[in-house]
Amino acid sequence: MAVALASVSKHFGHGADEVLALNRVTLSIQPGEFVCLVGASGSGKSTLLNLLAGLDRPSEGSLDTGGAHTTLMFQEPALFPWLTAAGNVELPLTLRGMPKAERRREVARLLELVRLTEFGGRHPHELSGGMRQRVALARALAQAAEVLLMDEPFGALDAITRDLLHDELERIWRERGLSVLFVTHNAREAVRLGDRVLVFSSRPGRVAAEFPVDLPRPRRIESPELAVLAARIYDRLRLEADLDG
Amino acid sequence: MAELEMELVGAPAARRANPRAARIARRAWSATWPKLAAAAIGLGLWQLVVSLGFWPDYLLPGPGAVVARLAADGGRSDFYLALGITLQRAAGDYAAALAIGSLLGVAVAASRLLRRAVGSMITGLQSMPTIAWFPLAILLFGLSERAILFVVVLGAAPSVANGLISGIDQVPPLLLRAARVIGARGPSLYRHVVLPAALPAFVGGLKQGWAFAWRSLMAGELLVNVVGHPSLGVRLQFARELADAEGLLAAMIVLLLIGMVVDGVFGVVERRIRAQWGLAG
Repeated sequence: MAVALASVSKHFGHGADEVLALNRVTLSIQPGEFVCLVGASGSGKSTLLNLLAGLDRPSEGSLDTGGAHTTLMFQEPALFPWLTAAGNVELPLTLRGMPKAERRREVARLLELVRLTEFGGRHPHELSGGMRQRVALARALAQAAEVLLMDEPFGALDAITRDLLHDELERIWRERGLSVLFVTHNAREAVRLGDRVLVFSSRPGRVAAEFPVDLPRPRRIESPELAVLAARIYDRLRLEADLDG
Repeated sequence: MAELEMELVGAPAARRANPRAARIARRAWSATWPKLAAAAIGLGLWQLVVSLGFWPDYLLPGPGAVVARLAADGGRSDFYLALGITLQRAAGDYAAALAIGSLLGVAVAASRLLRRAVGSMITGLQSMPTIAWFPLAILLFGLSERAILFVVVLGAAPSVANGLISGIDQVPPLLLRAARVIGARGPSLYRHVVLPAALPAFVGGLKQGWAFAWRSLMAGELLVNVVGHPSLGVRLQFARELADAEGLLAAMIVLLLIGMVVDGVFGVVERRIRAQWGLAG
């Protein structure tokens, strides 16, 4: 198992101000599995990813990544503006203590993987939104993590760019044998990418339903079969929102 | 044959170079002419005041006489000796202020306790008129280089430190999260992420620190005449004592020009950084 959470809760604040962000969340991701998590904004999805990325600790429950390294991608590329695309990809390698010659080869390999070989010398502000997010993906992969956590990574992109990046991500996920936890509020995107889709309820966040996706790959986001399943997931999400409201 | 080939290769390059040279010339001209016009207006006003005759010529000479004096001074070795001493002090003392201010800035930005202890004092020091330190500096160090160094550092280091502190405070939290995700911790977080991210604000602090250092240095050179070290400040003071108004104004123009050149250098560095960071519009 790549990732396993058992009854994980997380609260912020103390006493009367205490807010329960996650309530006894139990989920697991198999090695090489692509799991999507859909839920309304503010449902504790980002809190969950922070726990998995090691940026925060659970208040209760157990979290096991089985020694696997995790890495996190945000909705914004969060690239370092003073570094070139290649420099951004190189920094995690430098921090891992990789020697320079090896770093250069690895950066070239990663830029090729995200199809940005010609753009290594550009600064982030000279790249398009989709290119920046690809650099962010290459930077995340530079950490040699087995588990890739993604927090609405394509939410700020236009539909065509997003569609292309779905293809890229699917290809890289396969080539690298990654385990992916992909958070989105877009059920179609979740069905396009995931082996399984988890519906997250809000306040407090917990897994409310699970939908296996048996559609063959490669999938197309505009295909009718995909839309049918996405509609069922939307219905479930709406139910959660009604319960919440 | 070889010549012909050279011509064939060279011709398009020359054609390409020409518009480029023209563009550079145009840009240089558009940057220069407003400055020249402003200088001309300034000199004109100066001449006007002189012509109105409020002061006799020997107290307020016109621009013509002062420029002639400047040209004459420019041919004398004692002028360069004074210029050299002043510039050397400016560079050395500013470098010391930079080192101390940077260390202080990092320490205060990194430690909550230290910030509570001395954060507001740094801002207080920044607004204190540096000339007020000279009596103490002269008591402690006598009429010496160290007295000047002491005051220049006190004048400039707080600005440098404050620039760095606000730069570090303004690092976007998202970049810090990204840095932690990719494994930057402690010193490596500072070296690879926090300090580079703080650089634009830091350069602003350096620029302000320079302005304070330059003022403190001039105050110091007027008050602290170190024997055997004729500086621009000493020339100003002597010119006043000898009622040499032309020499005095000539020295002041040199001070103004130095200030403008250094400011121009900071401007170039700032623009470069902003362009590289993608901050320029």
